Amino acid sequence: MLKKIRIALWVAVAVSLVGVGALLWRADRQEQAAAFKPEFSLPDEAGTVRTAEEFRGKHLLVFFGFTNCPDVCPTTMAEVAQVMDDLGPEAEDVQPLFISVDPARDRESGLGEYLAAFHPSILGLAGDKAATKSAVNSFKVFGDRQEDASAPGGYTMSHSSSLYLLGPRGEWLRQFEYGTPADDIIADLKGRL
Amino acid sequence: MLKSLLAGMGLAVMLPAVALADCAEVSQGQLLISAAWSRATIGTARPAVFYVTIRNNGSTDDRLTGIETPVAGMPMLHETVMTDGVASMPHASDISIPAGQTVSLAPGGYHGMLMDLEEELKDGESFPVTLKFENAGPVSVETAVLPLRAREAACGDAP
Ligand SMILES: [Cu+2]
Repeated sequence: MLKKIRIALWVAVAVSLVGVGALLWRADRQEQAAAFKPEFSLPDEAGTVRTAEEFRGKHLLVFFGFTNCPDVCPTTMAEVAQVMDDLGPEAEDVQPLFISVDPARDRESGLGEYLAAFHPSILGLAGDKAATKSAVNSFKVFGDRQEDASAPGGYTMSHSSSLYLLGPRGEWLRQFEYGTPADDIIADLKGRL
Repeated sequence: MLKSLLAGMGLAVMLPAVALADCAEVSQGQLLISAAWSRATIGTARPAVFYVTIRNNGSTDDRLTGIETPVAGMPMLHETVMTDGVASMPHASDISIPAGQTVSLAPGGYHGMLMDLEEELKDGESFPVTLKFENAGPVSVETAVLPLRAREAACGDAP
């Protein structure tokens, strides 16, 4: 009988050790997640190179898209425009960014004019191939050229469609999946600003 | 003062006309086509979009097999597909319109992709699009051009 209790106690000790280990591991993971700071270094329309560091103190709302995209991209930019309109004075603490995954074509067709049609606050960035790739990789997203004979220029892009939110220290906070209504994004932002 | 008053009156006269175009409804056979809209473009370099709502009031299925419009040299049916959060938009060879159901070409799903634009699409204007149905045949609908940042048809979906 006593032996049985002793075994049971040892089992309990083992279980709790595993539990503590799991908790520590999770805390470590969360710390790592909190330390995830995506980087970019890409020119705006004027040719000035913009980096993640210069926006410290603001929340960044980042989208990866291309302007030849008539469905997902304008729909998301329209939500962002609504967010910026409805945030009121707090909009000053939010910077929306459109990072082109089709930079050569977007530079040619005028990224700034396109984005201004949605909201004057949206900043468009279009770098060269290498800088675009490293931004895409740093955000751990996806943006790739797809040959398509029926598309203008013979290709189209597939790209991550979420909006990514970075905090005032450049830390990755969360993503808003495609189709998240502006009101939900505003509610989330209001809780942080 | 008088000028701005006149401009204001002009606008007041124009608005109902715009609202009408936004809510154009066409029925042919068992199909009711409504809420056809597009977004304004800047120039003609980028493809435009076409959205519409199709209600099949009949008892037989139909199929949308293509679109045509004088504003684009290469109009096409597309479907936006999300795979693990990654968006792509393959060509849709046709779109099924089952009996008794409403199918919308709407943001994030099916859309008409208007490539090789012949002219800039301007907010407040409209243009015709002919929908080609397997059973109902061709149906032309007036498509309202909304601002680039529009998110839905100005009149909502057909009841
Ligand atoms: Cu498309």
